[in-house]
Amino acid sequence: MDDKRFTVLDLLDLDLKEHDALDLRCIGGRKGLGREINGPDINRPGLALSGFFESFAFQRIQLIGRGEAAYLRLRASEGKSAEVDKIFSYPVPCFIFANSEAPEPAFAAAAEAADCPLLLSDLSSTEMASRLMRVLATIFAPKTSAHGVLVEVYGIGILLTGDSGVGKSETALELIERGHRLVADDVVEIRCVSGNILMGSGANKVIGHHMEIRGLGIINVTHLFGVGAIRDKKQVQLICKLEEWDATKVYDRIGTEENTDDILGVKVPRLDIPVKPGRNIPIIVETAAMNERLKKMGYYSAREFNQNILRWLESESARAVYFGRNESI
Amino acid sequence: MVEITTVIKNRAGIHARPAAMIVQTAGKFKSRIFLEKGGDRINAKSIMGIITLGAGYETQIKIIADGEDEADAAAAVERLFQTRFEED
Repeated sequence: MDDKRFTVLDLLDLDLKEHDALDLRCIGGRKGLGREINGPDINRPGLALSGFFESFAFQRIQLIGRGEAAYLRLRASEGKSAEVDKIFSYPVPCFIFANSEAPEPAFAAAAEAADCPLLLSDLSSTEMASRLMRVLATIFAPKTSAHGVLVEVYGIGILLTGDSGVGKSETALELIERGHRLVADDVVEIRCVSGNILMGSGANKVIGHHMEIRGLGIINVTHLFGVGAIRDKKQVQLICKLEEWDATKVYDRIGTEENTDDILGVKVPRLDIPVKPGRNIPIIVETAAMNERLKKMGYYSAREFNQNILRWLESESARAVYFGRNESI
Repeated sequence: MVEITTVIKNRAGIHARPAAMIVQTAGKFKSRIFLEKGGDRINAKSIMGIITLGAGYETQIKIIADGEDEADAAAAVERLFQTRFEED
Protein backbone atom coordinates (compact mmCIF):
# COMPACT_ATOMS: atom_id res chain seq x y z
CA MET A 1 0.00 0.00 0.00
CA ASP A 2 3.09 2.20 -0.24
CA ASP A 3 2.50 5.60 -1.82
CA LYS A 4 -1.04 4.53 -2.37
CA ARG A 5 -4.02 6.42 -1.11
CA PHE A 6 -6.05 4.74 1.58
CA THR A 7 -9.67 5.30 0.62
CA VAL A 8 -13.02 4.69 2.28
CA LEU A 9 -13.42 1.70 -0.05
CA ASP A 10 -10.16 0.26 1.30
CA LEU A 11 -11.54 0.67 4.82
CA LEU A 12 -14.64 -1.32 3.85
CA ASP A 13 -12.46 -3.93 2.13
CA LEU A 14 -10.23 -4.63 5.13
CA ASP A 15 -10.26 -8.24 6.15
CA LEU A 16 -10.49 -7.91 9.92
CA LYS A 17 -11.33 -10.62 12.36
CA GLU A 18 -12.91 -10.99 15.77
CA HIS A 19 -12.02 -8.12 18.07
CA ASP A 20 -10.88 -5.97 15.16
CA ALA A 21 -13.96 -6.40 12.96
CA LEU A 22 -15.63 -3.10 12.17
CA ASP A 23 -18.85 -4.51 10.67
CA LEU A 24 -19.16 -1.54 8.38
CA ARG A 25 -21.58 -1.34 5.49
CA CYS A 26 -22.19 1.51 3.12
CA ILE A 27 -25.73 2.93 3.21
CA GLY A 28 -25.29 5.98 1.01
CA GLY A 29 -23.00 8.29 -0.92
CA ARG A 30 -21.38 5.44 -2.81
CA LYS A 31 -19.92 7.79 -5.38
CA GLY A 32 -17.62 9.13 -2.69
CA LEU A 33 -16.10 5.76 -1.74
CA GLY A 34 -12.90 6.83 -3.48
CA ARG A 35 -12.40 9.62 -0.93
CA GLU A 36 -9.08 9.43 0.80
CA ILE A 37 -8.59 8.87 4.52
CA ASN A 38 -5.28 10.50 5.29
CA GLY A 39 -4.79 10.06 8.98
CA PRO A 40 -5.46 7.69 11.85
CA ASP A 41 -7.58 10.17 13.82
CA ILE A 42 -11.33 10.26 14.17
CA ASN A 43 -13.65 13.10 15.08
CA ARG A 44 -16.95 13.31 16.94
CA PRO A 45 -18.72 16.12 15.11
CA GLY A 46 -20.97 17.20 18.01
CA LEU A 47 -19.76 20.81 18.00
CA ALA A 48 -20.00 21.14 14.23
CA LEU A 49 -23.54 19.75 14.24
CA SER A 50 -24.53 22.37 16.80
CA GLY A 51 -23.17 25.08 14.53
CA PHE A 52 -19.61 25.67 15.78
CA PHE A 53 -17.27 25.11 12.85
CA GLU A 54 -14.05 26.67 14.11
CA SER A 55 -11.18 24.13 14.06
CA PHE A 56 -13.58 21.56 12.65
CA ALA A 57 -11.44 18.49 11.86
CA PHE A 58 -13.22 17.80 8.58
CA GLN A 59 -10.34 15.75 7.14
CA ARG A 60 -10.98 12.98 9.67
CA ILE A 61 -13.52 10.19 9.74
CA GLN A 62 -16.63 11.55 11.48
CA LEU A 63 -18.14 9.20 14.05
CA ILE A 64 -21.75 9.67 15.05
CA GLY A 65 -22.96 8.01 18.24
CA ARG A 66 -26.26 8.04 20.12
CA GLY A 67 -26.02 11.66 21.26
CA GLU A 68 -25.22 13.10 17.86
CA ALA A 69 -27.87 10.92 16.22
CA ALA A 70 -30.51 12.08 18.69
CA TYR A 71 -29.55 15.71 18.11
CA LEU A 72 -29.75 15.22 14.33
CA ARG A 73 -33.23 13.71 14.75
CA LEU A 74 -34.31 16.65 16.87
CA ARG A 75 -33.05 19.19 14.32
CA ALA A 76 -34.71 17.26 11.51
CA SER A 77 -38.03 17.22 13.38
CA GLU A 78 -37.71 21.00 13.80
CA GLY A 79 -37.09 21.21 10.07
CA LYS A 80 -33.66 22.86 10.51
CA SER A 81 -30.76 21.76 8.34
CA ALA A 82 -28.29 24.65 8.14
CA GLU A 83 -25.50 22.80 10.01
CA VAL A 84 -26.03 19.63 7.99
CA ASP A 85 -25.78 21.60 4.75
CA LYS A 86 -22.68 23.33 5.99
CA ILE A 87 -20.99 20.15 7.20
CA PHE A 88 -21.32 18.67 3.72
CA SER A 89 -19.61 21.69 2.19
CA TYR A 90 -16.42 20.30 3.76
CA PRO A 91 -14.63 17.39 2.03
CA VAL A 92 -15.31 14.95 4.88
CA PRO A 93 -13.95 11.44 4.03
CA CYS A 94 -17.00 9.65 5.47
CA PHE A 95 -19.54 9.51 8.28
CA ILE A 96 -19.85 6.42 10.44
CA PHE A 97 -23.10 5.82 12.29
CA ALA A 98 -22.68 3.56 15.30
CA ASN A 99 -25.37 1.52 17.11
CA SER A 100 -27.07 0.77 13.76
CA GLU A 101 -28.84 4.12 14.00
CA ALA A 102 -29.38 5.07 10.38
CA PRO A 103 -29.51 8.81 9.65
CA GLU A 104 -32.67 10.77 8.84
CA PRO A 105 -33.68 10.76 5.15
CA ALA A 106 -32.79 14.46 4.89
CA PHE A 107 -29.23 13.79 6.13
CA ALA A 108 -28.88 10.83 3.77
CA ALA A 109 -30.09 12.96 0.85
CA ALA A 110 -27.60 15.70 1.69
CA ALA A 111 -24.79 13.11 1.86
CA GLU A 112 -25.87 11.66 -1.47
CA ALA A 113 -25.83 15.11 -3.05
CA ALA A 114 -22.35 15.79 -1.66
CA ASP A 115 -21.05 12.31 -2.65
CA CYS A 116 -20.03 11.70 0.94
CA PRO A 117 -20.15 8.03 1.99
CA LEU A 118 -22.33 7.06 4.94
CA LEU A 119 -21.32 3.90 6.78
CA LEU A 120 -23.35 2.03 9.34
CA SER A 121 -22.19 -0.35 12.04
CA ASP A 122 -23.74 -2.43 14.83
CA LEU A 123 -20.97 -1.52 17.24
CA SER A 124 -21.38 1.06 19.96
CA SER A 125 -19.60 4.33 19.30
CA THR A 126 -16.99 3.78 22.03
CA GLU A 127 -16.16 0.31 20.75
CA MET A 128 -16.14 1.62 17.19
CA ALA A 129 -13.79 4.43 18.17
CA SER A 130 -11.31 2.13 19.88
CA ARG A 131 -11.37 -0.43 17.08
CA LEU A 132 -11.00 2.24 14.40
CA MET A 133 -8.07 3.78 16.25
CA ARG A 134 -6.39 0.40 16.50
CA VAL A 135 -6.97 -0.50 12.87
CA LEU A 136 -6.01 2.90 11.48
CA ALA A 137 -2.92 3.11 13.70
CA THR A 138 -1.67 -0.11 12.08
CA ILE A 139 -2.50 1.10 8.58
CA PHE A 140 -0.79 4.45 9.02
CA ALA A 141 2.14 3.01 10.97
CA PRO A 142 5.56 3.53 9.40
CA LYS A 143 6.48 0.50 7.36
CA THR A 144 9.24 -1.02 5.34
CA SER A 145 9.88 -4.30 3.62
CA ALA A 146 12.78 -6.60 4.31
CA HIS A 147 14.29 -9.30 2.14
CA GLY A 148 14.35 -12.45 4.22
CA VAL A 149 12.25 -15.11 5.86
CA LEU A 150 10.29 -14.48 9.03
CA VAL A 151 9.79 -17.56 11.20
CA GLU A 152 8.52 -18.08 14.71
CA VAL A 153 10.83 -20.36 16.66
CA TYR A 154 9.90 -21.25 20.25
CA GLY A 155 7.72 -18.14 20.34
CA ILE A 156 10.46 -15.79 19.16
CA GLY A 157 10.02 -13.99 15.82
CA ILE A 158 13.25 -14.46 13.89
CA LEU A 159 14.04 -12.70 10.65
CA LEU A 160 16.50 -14.76 8.61
CA THR A 161 18.39 -12.50 6.25
CA GLY A 162 21.36 -12.88 3.93
CA ASP A 163 22.25 -12.82 0.26
CA SER A 164 20.31 -14.81 -2.33
CA GLY A 165 21.29 -18.46 -2.37
CA VAL A 166 22.79 -18.53 1.12
CA GLY A 167 20.06 -20.91 2.28
CA LYS A 168 17.44 -18.82 4.06
CA SER A 169 14.48 -20.71 2.64
CA GLU A 170 16.11 -24.12 3.20
CA THR A 171 16.82 -23.20 6.83
CA ALA A 172 13.24 -22.05 7.25
CA LEU A 173 11.95 -25.27 5.71
CA GLU A 174 13.94 -27.36 8.16
CA LEU A 175 12.63 -25.20 11.02
CA ILE A 176 9.04 -25.74 9.83
CA GLU A 177 9.71 -29.46 9.63
CA ARG A 178 10.85 -29.32 13.25
CA GLY A 179 7.50 -27.83 14.25
CA HIS A 180 8.16 -24.09 14.06
CA ARG A 181 6.09 -21.64 12.06
CA LEU A 182 6.47 -19.68 8.86
CA VAL A 183 5.21 -16.10 8.81
CA ALA A 184 6.49 -14.83 5.47
CA ASP A 185 9.04 -15.88 2.88
CA ASP A 186 11.22 -13.58 0.84
CA VAL A 187 9.40 -10.28 1.24
CA VAL A 188 8.54 -9.43 4.83
CA GLU A 189 6.48 -6.34 5.44
CA ILE A 190 7.42 -4.74 8.74
CA ARG A 191 5.29 -2.14 10.48
CA CYS A 192 6.30 -0.21 13.55
CA VAL A 193 3.28 -0.20 15.83
CA SER A 194 2.95 1.53 19.21
CA GLY A 195 6.32 3.17 18.65
CA ASN A 196 8.57 0.23 19.44
CA ILE A 197 6.99 -3.01 18.27
CA LEU A 198 8.00 -4.31 14.86
CA MET A 199 5.22 -6.41 13.43
CA GLY A 200 6.19 -8.56 10.46
CA SER A 201 3.80 -10.14 8.02
CA GLY A 202 3.62 -11.35 4.46
CA ALA A 203 3.32 -8.62 1.85
CA ASN A 204 0.50 -10.27 0.00
CA LYS A 205 -2.34 -12.54 1.08
CA VAL A 206 -2.59 -14.27 -2.31
CA ILE A 207 0.92 -15.65 -2.28
CA GLY A 208 1.22 -15.84 1.49
CA HIS A 209 2.87 -18.91 2.98
CA HIS A 210 4.34 -20.11 -0.27
CA MET A 211 8.07 -20.70 -0.47
CA GLU A 212 10.50 -21.05 -3.29
CA ILE A 213 12.95 -23.88 -2.79
CA ARG A 214 15.63 -24.27 -5.39
CA GLY A 215 15.18 -27.52 -7.23
CA LEU A 216 11.58 -27.92 -6.07
CA GLY A 217 10.02 -24.70 -7.21
CA ILE A 218 7.17 -23.03 -5.38
CA ILE A 219 5.59 -25.00 -2.55
CA ASN A 220 2.51 -24.30 -0.47
CA VAL A 221 3.55 -24.58 3.16
CA THR A 222 -0.02 -24.55 4.51
CA HIS A 223 -1.02 -27.55 2.41
CA LEU A 224 2.20 -29.47 2.96
CA PHE A 225 2.67 -28.95 6.69
CA GLY A 226 -0.79 -27.92 7.85
CA VAL A 227 -2.14 -24.74 9.40
CA GLY A 228 -0.09 -25.40 12.52
CA ALA A 229 3.01 -24.53 10.52
CA ILE A 230 2.02 -20.97 9.70
CA ARG A 231 0.97 -17.75 11.29
CA ASP A 232 -0.13 -14.42 9.82
CA LYS A 233 1.99 -11.98 11.74
CA LYS A 234 4.66 -11.98 14.36
CA GLN A 235 6.81 -9.45 16.11
CA VAL A 236 10.39 -9.32 14.79
CA GLN A 237 12.51 -9.93 17.88
CA LEU A 238 15.78 -11.24 16.51
CA ILE A 239 17.65 -11.07 13.24
CA CYS A 240 19.80 -13.99 12.15
CA LYS A 241 22.03 -12.94 9.31
CA LEU A 242 23.29 -15.94 7.39
CA GLU A 243 26.50 -15.34 5.48
CA GLU A 244 29.08 -17.36 3.61
CA TRP A 245 31.90 -18.40 5.92
CA ASP A 246 34.55 -15.71 5.65
CA ALA A 247 37.92 -16.91 6.98
CA THR A 248 39.11 -13.34 7.46
CA LYS A 249 36.13 -12.24 9.52
CA VAL A 250 36.11 -12.57 13.28
CA TYR A 251 32.92 -14.21 14.52
CA ASP A 252 31.59 -13.83 18.01
CA ARG A 253 32.92 -16.77 20.00
CA ILE A 254 31.69 -15.85 23.44
CA GLY A 255 28.38 -14.08 22.92
CA THR A 256 28.78 -11.17 25.28
CA GLU A 257 28.83 -8.71 22.39
CA GLU A 258 25.52 -7.41 21.21
CA ASN A 259 25.04 -6.31 17.63
CA THR A 260 21.82 -4.60 16.67
CA ASP A 261 20.16 -3.61 13.42
CA ASP A 262 17.98 -0.58 13.12
CA ILE A 263 14.56 -1.14 11.59
CA LEU A 264 12.27 1.90 11.48
CA GLY A 265 14.16 3.35 14.43
CA VAL A 266 13.81 0.25 16.60
CA LYS A 267 16.94 -1.66 17.56
CA VAL A 268 16.74 -5.40 16.99
CA PRO A 269 19.46 -7.78 18.22
CA ARG A 270 21.35 -9.37 15.35
CA LEU A 271 23.43 -12.54 15.18
CA ASP A 272 25.81 -13.12 12.28
CA ILE A 273 25.81 -16.82 11.54
CA PRO A 274 28.46 -18.15 9.17
CA VAL A 275 27.23 -20.84 6.80
CA LYS A 276 29.51 -23.69 5.84
CA PRO A 277 28.72 -27.15 4.50
CA GLY A 278 28.17 -29.47 7.43
CA ARG A 279 27.02 -26.75 9.78
CA ASN A 280 23.47 -27.36 10.91
CA ILE A 281 21.97 -23.89 10.69
CA PRO A 282 18.42 -24.71 11.87
CA ILE A 283 19.66 -26.05 15.18
CA ILE A 284 21.79 -22.95 15.64
CA VAL A 285 18.75 -20.77 14.97
CA GLU A 286 16.68 -22.85 17.42
CA THR A 287 19.32 -22.44 20.08
CA ALA A 288 19.55 -18.72 19.37
CA ALA A 289 15.79 -18.48 19.91
CA MET A 290 15.95 -20.29 23.23
CA ASN A 291 18.91 -18.17 24.31
CA GLU A 292 16.93 -15.05 23.40
CA ARG A 293 14.09 -16.25 25.61
CA LEU A 294 16.51 -16.77 28.47
CA LYS A 295 17.77 -13.22 27.95
CA LYS A 296 14.22 -11.92 28.10
CA MET A 297 13.91 -13.68 31.46
CA GLY A 298 17.06 -11.86 32.55
CA TYR A 299 19.50 -14.73 32.19
CA TYR A 300 22.45 -14.07 29.88
CA SER A 301 24.30 -17.36 29.31
CA ALA A 302 27.58 -15.81 28.22
CA ARG A 303 27.61 -13.11 30.87
CA GLU A 304 26.66 -15.52 33.63
CA PHE A 305 29.33 -17.96 32.46
CA ASN A 306 31.96 -15.25 32.59
CA GLN A 307 30.88 -14.14 36.05
CA ASN A 308 31.18 -17.71 37.27
CA ILE A 309 34.68 -17.90 35.87
CA LEU A 310 35.64 -14.64 37.55
CA ARG A 311 34.23 -15.87 40.86
CA TRP A 312 36.07 -19.15 40.52
CA LEU A 313 39.37 -17.45 39.67
CA GLU A 314 38.93 -15.21 42.69
CA SER A 315 38.30 -18.11 45.04
CA GLU A 316 41.21 -19.99 43.52
CA SER A 317 43.54 -17.10 44.19
CA ALA A 318 42.10 -16.79 47.69
CA ARG A 319 42.82 -20.47 48.28
CA ALA A 320 46.31 -20.00 46.89
CA VAL A 321 47.02 -17.58 49.74
CA TYR A 322 46.28 -20.34 52.28
CA PHE A 323 48.16 -22.93 50.30
CA GLY A 324 51.07 -20.53 50.13
CA ARG A 325 51.05 -20.21 53.96
CA ASN A 326 50.78 -23.94 54.43
CA GLU A 327 53.87 -24.46 52.35
CA SER A 328 55.81 -21.86 54.28
CA ILE A 329 55.04 -23.47 57.63
CA MET B 1 24.26 2.36 -10.59
CA VAL B 2 22.08 2.01 -13.68
CA GLU B 3 18.35 2.68 -13.78
CA ILE B 4 16.03 1.82 -16.65
CA THR B 5 12.30 2.45 -16.60
CA THR B 6 10.17 0.11 -18.63
CA VAL B 7 6.56 -0.93 -19.03
CA ILE B 8 5.07 -4.42 -18.92
CA LYS B 9 3.84 -5.25 -22.39
CA ASN B 10 2.54 -8.78 -22.06
CA ARG B 11 -1.16 -9.02 -21.25
CA ALA B 12 -0.85 -11.47 -18.38
CA GLY B 13 1.59 -9.31 -16.44
CA ILE B 14 4.36 -10.81 -14.35
CA HIS B 15 3.11 -14.18 -13.22
CA ALA B 16 5.20 -17.18 -12.21
CA ARG B 17 6.85 -17.92 -15.59
CA PRO B 18 8.04 -14.37 -16.37
CA ALA B 19 9.19 -14.05 -12.76
CA ALA B 20 11.30 -17.18 -13.17
CA MET B 21 12.80 -15.77 -16.37
CA ILE B 22 13.76 -12.54 -14.62
CA VAL B 23 15.32 -14.43 -11.73
CA GLN B 24 17.30 -16.68 -14.07
CA THR B 25 18.57 -13.73 -16.07
CA ALA B 26 19.36 -11.66 -12.98
CA GLY B 27 21.16 -14.61 -11.39
CA LYS B 28 23.75 -14.66 -14.17
CA PHE B 29 25.11 -11.29 -13.10
CA LYS B 30 27.15 -10.32 -10.10
CA SER B 31 25.43 -6.96 -9.64
CA ARG B 32 22.67 -6.42 -7.17
CA ILE B 33 19.51 -6.00 -9.23
CA PHE B 34 16.21 -4.56 -8.03
CA LEU B 35 12.81 -3.95 -9.52
CA GLU B 36 10.74 -1.04 -8.34
CA LYS B 37 7.01 -0.57 -8.72
CA GLY B 38 5.47 2.48 -7.11
CA GLY B 39 7.37 2.70 -3.86
CA ASP B 40 8.05 -1.01 -3.50
CA ARG B 41 11.54 -2.20 -4.24
CA ILE B 42 12.36 -5.88 -4.35
CA ASN B 43 15.34 -8.05 -5.15
CA ALA B 44 15.20 -9.25 -8.77
CA LYS B 45 16.94 -12.48 -7.79
CA SER B 46 13.98 -13.68 -5.73
CA ILE B 47 10.96 -15.25 -7.40
CA MET B 48 8.52 -14.71 -4.56
CA GLY B 49 9.61 -11.10 -4.32
CA ILE B 50 8.90 -10.42 -7.97
CA ILE B 51 5.51 -12.11 -7.83
CA THR B 52 4.67 -10.12 -4.69
CA LEU B 53 5.01 -6.91 -6.71
CA GLY B 54 1.75 -7.88 -8.41
CA ALA B 55 2.80 -6.13 -11.60
CA GLY B 56 0.06 -6.28 -14.21
CA TYR B 57 -0.26 -5.17 -17.83
CA GLU B 58 1.12 -1.67 -18.56
CA THR B 59 2.59 -1.24 -15.09
CA GLN B 60 5.67 0.91 -14.98
CA ILE B 61 8.71 -0.88 -13.58
CA LYS B 62 12.09 0.58 -12.78
CA ILE B 63 15.07 -1.74 -13.15
CA ILE B 64 17.98 -0.84 -10.92
CA ALA B 65 21.36 -2.55 -11.17
CA ASP B 66 24.36 -1.85 -9.00
CA GLY B 67 27.73 -3.57 -9.31
CA GLU B 68 30.56 -4.34 -11.69
CA ASP B 69 28.37 -5.60 -14.56
CA GLU B 70 25.46 -3.24 -13.89
CA ALA B 71 25.00 -1.97 -17.47
CA ASP B 72 24.80 -5.46 -18.98
CA ALA B 73 22.57 -6.69 -16.16
CA ALA B 74 20.01 -3.90 -16.48
CA ALA B 75 19.99 -4.24 -20.28
CA ALA B 76 19.50 -8.01 -20.11
CA VAL B 77 16.56 -7.70 -17.72
CA GLU B 78 15.03 -4.90 -19.80
CA ARG B 79 15.28 -7.09 -22.91
CA LEU B 80 12.94 -9.58 -21.24
CA PHE B 81 10.33 -6.87 -20.78
CA GLN B 82 10.79 -5.71 -24.38
CA THR B 83 10.34 -9.22 -25.79
CA ARG B 84 7.18 -9.64 -23.66
CA PHE B 85 8.74 -12.63 -21.92
CA GLU B 86 8.21 -14.55 -25.16
CA GLU B 87 4.44 -14.34 -24.64
CA ASP B 88 1.44 -13.03 -26.65
